Amino acid sequence: MPTFTREEIEHLGDLARIALTDDEITRLQGELNVIAESIAKVQEVAGEDVPPTANPVPLEAYLRPDVAERPLTQEEALAAAPATESGMFVAPRILGEE
Amino acid sequence: MADKLMKYADAVSKFDPVFGLEVHVELSTNTKLFCPAHIEFGGEPNSQLTPVSLGLPGSLPVVNKTAIDYAVKLGLALHCEIAEWSQFARKNYFYPDMPRDYQISQYDKPLNGNGYLDVELDDGEIFRVQIERAHVEDDAGKNTHVGGADGRIEGADHSLCDYNRAGVPLVEIVTKPVEGAGERAPEIAGAYVRAIRDIVKALNISHARMEQGNMRADVNVSLRRNEGDPLGTRSETKNVNTFKGIEKTMAYEIRRQAAILDAGGEILQETRHWDESSQSTAGGRVKSDADDYRYFPDPDLVMVHVTSDHIEELAKQMPEMPRERRARLKSEWGFSDLEMRDAVNADALDLIEATVQAGAKASGARKWWMGELSREANARDLTLAELPITPEDVAQVEALIAKGSLNDKLAKQTVSGVLAGEGTPEEVVSKHGYQVVSDDGALLAAIDEAFAANPDIVEKLKAGNMKPMGAIIGSVMKATHGQADAKAVRSIVSEKIASL
Amino acid sequence: MTQQTELVTLSAAQMAEAINAGEVSSRELVEAQLAAIDAAEPSIQAFLQVSRDQALQQADDFDARRQSGDVDGLPELAGVPIAVKDMIVTKGIATTAASKILEGWIPPYDATVVRKLKHAGMPILGKTNLDEFAQGSSTEHSAYQTTHNPWDTSRVPGGSGGGSASAVAAFEAPLALGTDTGGSIRQPGALTGTVGVKPTYGGVSRFGAIAMASSLDQIGPVSRTVLDAALLHEVIGGYDERDSTSIPKPLGKLADAAREGQRQDLHGMRVGLVKEIGGEGFQPGVEARFREAVSALEAMGAEVVEVSCPHFSYSLGAYYIIMPSEVSSNLARYDGMRYGLRVMPPEGKAQTAANMMAATREQGFGDEVKRRIILGTYALSAGYYDAWYGSAQKVRTLIIRDFAQAFEQVDVLVSPTSPSTAFKFGEKMDDPLTMYLNDVATIPANLAGVPAMSIPAGLSDDGLPVGFQFFAPQMKDEVMYKPAAALEAALLEQQHGPIWQSMNTPWLDGLNK
Repeated sequence: MPTFTREEIEHLGDLARIALTDDEITRLQGELNVIAESIAKVQEVAGEDVPPTANPVPLEAYLRPDVAERPLTQEEALAAAPATESGMFVAPRILGEE
Repeated sequence: MADKLMKYADAVSKFDPVFGLEVHVELSTNTKLFCPAHIEFGGEPNSQLTPVSLGLPGSLPVVNKTAIDYAVKLGLALHCEIAEWSQFARKNYFYPDMPRDYQISQYDKPLNGNGYLDVELDDGEIFRVQIERAHVEDDAGKNTHVGGADGRIEGADHSLCDYNRAGVPLVEIVTKPVEGAGERAPEIAGAYVRAIRDIVKALNISHARMEQGNMRADVNVSLRRNEGDPLGTRSETKNVNTFKGIEKTMAYEIRRQAAILDAGGEILQETRHWDESSQSTAGGRVKSDADDYRYFPDPDLVMVHVTSDHIEELAKQMPEMPRERRARLKSEWGFSDLEMRDAVNADALDLIEATVQAGAKASGARKWWMGELSREANARDLTLAELPITPEDVAQVEALIAKGSLNDKLAKQTVSGVLAGEGTPEEVVSKHGYQVVSDDGALLAAIDEAFAANPDIVEKLKAGNMKPMGAIIGSVMKATHGQADAKAVRSIVSEKIASL
Repeated sequence: MTQQTELVTLSAAQMAEAINAGEVSSRELVEAQLAAIDAAEPSIQAFLQVSRDQALQQADDFDARRQSGDVDGLPELAGVPIAVKDMIVTKGIATTAASKILEGWIPPYDATVVRKLKHAGMPILGKTNLDEFAQGSSTEHSAYQTTHNPWDTSRVPGGSGGGSASAVAAFEAPLALGTDTGGSIRQPGALTGTVGVKPTYGGVSRFGAIAMASSLDQIGPVSRTVLDAALLHEVIGGYDERDSTSIPKPLGKLADAAREGQRQDLHGMRVGLVKEIGGEGFQPGVEARFREAVSALEAMGAEVVEVSCPHFSYSLGAYYIIMPSEVSSNLARYDGMRYGLRVMPPEGKAQTAANMMAATREQGFGDEVKRRIILGTYALSAGYYDAWYGSAQKVRTLIIRDFAQAFEQVDVLVSPTSPSTAFKFGEKMDDPLTMYLNDVATIPANLAGVPAMSIPAGLSDDGLPVGFQFFAPQMKDEVMYKPAAALEAALLEQQHGPIWQSMNTPWLDGLNK
């Protein structure tokens, strides 16, 4: 049965890029443990012989022809950006470690 | 802090290098992998986007058929097993150049698996590189770092993001660990990536310009004491984008790791970067569970089905592969190993072939492209193909020489004229009035003049000392402004001396 | 001149008829609906955005077109106004998914369904409220406002599509679009006494539906009658090359099936009661109305049998693995780079791109969304994938098999839509698990991709509406429209009029022109 430690929740927050507050971590820890317990049940019936289903309706991909359509204008692309410069989106400092 | 390095020869005698390469090839489709935005190098930033490639809420990917066809062709060229059913998966990680903050790639069901490529080394030896997979994925945008030194990420104040490249189709070709390369590891790595470049060019599925980032490689290297030992910890040097860089990265990593291991140290599993200016790799990020990409099948995309009939149809369209073509051309042209290798390295095969097709002899075509024109390209910092002269022009010059209308000197002047934009060789010739002087009357007059001006030389020639003949020919050529046929001059002078 | 109150209480089909008969213009309908919206919104708060000018313009365009006789190829509902859940992208009209992180975002493109509405000449009244990113069962998780149930404004309208359901129930719109990932169209339908349809997965294009869980999401109709839902379903459904999960086949004859059902003859139809849905946790009043409705089906000639779907009890667990997994990935793009909110890290923290993203997502997302992202991040992470995501996908196969076996025995399956009638605000907010149980009857259809719909089945002992659910086999949506329309007609006769006759609608009193 999975139990979430504080460190795990913090780590999940990092992976999901959410700066969780201490209170949130505490609350999530409790809630997720309850939820996890109730859903762990699925493993009971997930036998080796059962194939997984990713999409409920079995289809094969439509492959589109390599023909261009009108793109967004630069103005449209940038219209909702929090910050722009020289036709580009501005990102705060990117650390090499990222 | 500078790395401690062991001498290369010592490193490869003490350790056995094992390497792996992940080569990314951008496909030259008209539109992106998952949306109909036109792809063009250069162009205004953020002007080649649809809601899909900008990652707008609600947008959905739809697979480009041509990208799949190109990737199948590449798989066939690499002797891969082509999967009739393949699947796209999401690789989840956050980065400002990723419009969706996940990459759509392939994970456990790639399009191409289990192939190999025979790589020909300079001495003609063939080395087989085993290929694990060649899967399809989409590229990210490009960040420009502002406010730091020379656009580097370190010390930059902020970055500017252009998503035009986001969504460009890539094939990532992943080798199995390459063992048994020994001291030739860097050379094999370089030759392997060149071979891939030649293949994608032959298939016409990528612009394959390293300098534009159409091809880039991640270089993995590890060392072990003896062949057959378990693999050592590897370093991964990301995004190396020159052939020389790939070879140098590998040699550097072998030397660096050897020094560490020899001193009893441990290799960190990390990603590194090749720095051209310092000619060294720099440490980056240590691999950790932050690299948990949480792959899962992309629920927006269903399985891609390539029928065996379609694979067969594509197989029929495959052109001759570069190695086979080289062997054929070498024998057709009668080139030596060295001549052939030089032509290959200078990227001159297509040009020589087209020149021959336009009627020139192979030796003549080679002489121009590998001689005068190579020097010219070097001087102008252009590739041969970028020079403003066509194979047809070169063939025309050769034809004029064969006809006797141009001598070597005039031919060079004609080529210069073509390069200067003065027109076709025939136009240049007629514009400047280039013409070998074969009119005996004018020649004889010039020779008589030369004899009269150099009586002492004439005496020597009469006495059988033929050494100063050049001086006479020289002054004749000068008098005819180089338009005389030197051979004709020589034979007339000989005849005249004999008759004196 | 028809009085506005009469106009807004017409069904969509009746409005269309009136347009065709030249009795009313599209503009008059839009004006009446806008008046109803103005009157109802203070107490209902179903809309996040009313697109008054665009709606009037669209109505005028349609009326002009109709006047010139250029109506060939237009669907029956042409000219009838509609509301759109704010989970669906509308060009030029702010689209927020009821999240702070998308506040003020004006899309540069239309969803395929919105394009189809525009081609059909159906004016868009505005964007309706929802739980943030469609995550919730009460619409209390909206970052902007709480939508009230018109039956009792101290109660929730259900969720996530509480805005669309309340708007239609309160006569602010005759029709609305919803999205259904685990019951977000059907459960609010049950709680507000309206009709809600989740089509076959792939039956309606998802292009332009903001993704919550891509393999479960479907856009579908919200209406007051079964026929209206069928007519709207025909407008929005069908193949779309922009959605790779769209089914490349034509839709069935949905409206024909609904009209056939109105004749109340179900001889030859086999109806299966799902043994595993009901009992513990289901309100007695809900079960009573359900049983009466089943009797009504029998009375119309349907053969009713009990059918077992043994793996349905695992569906909630599988859903709460698959859904958050896909949510965690689909909602990654809200990172403060390209659109929407950007929050810089607090002072003292490095002002980096990574920290900006983390600060933006911390402030921009509400609790429920964060909870699901974290849970999904966990379910997909290395070492847990097989046990969690892998197992859940296997359960999905088992549920598909359960449906397949059931549909070998019967034509449609039935169950109550929701275990309870509308609950009070705040009642389930502190206990996510109890909230999740609201969807226990609706989730199996999403996991299996089968069509399902909820229609009103009268009022429970508490005077609040009860929902009755039909399921049909994949790509056979028409099969459920017939018994649904039949039951609707039978209940209408039994109760001497539509269910909403029992609803107090003070906001309609002042409407008359």
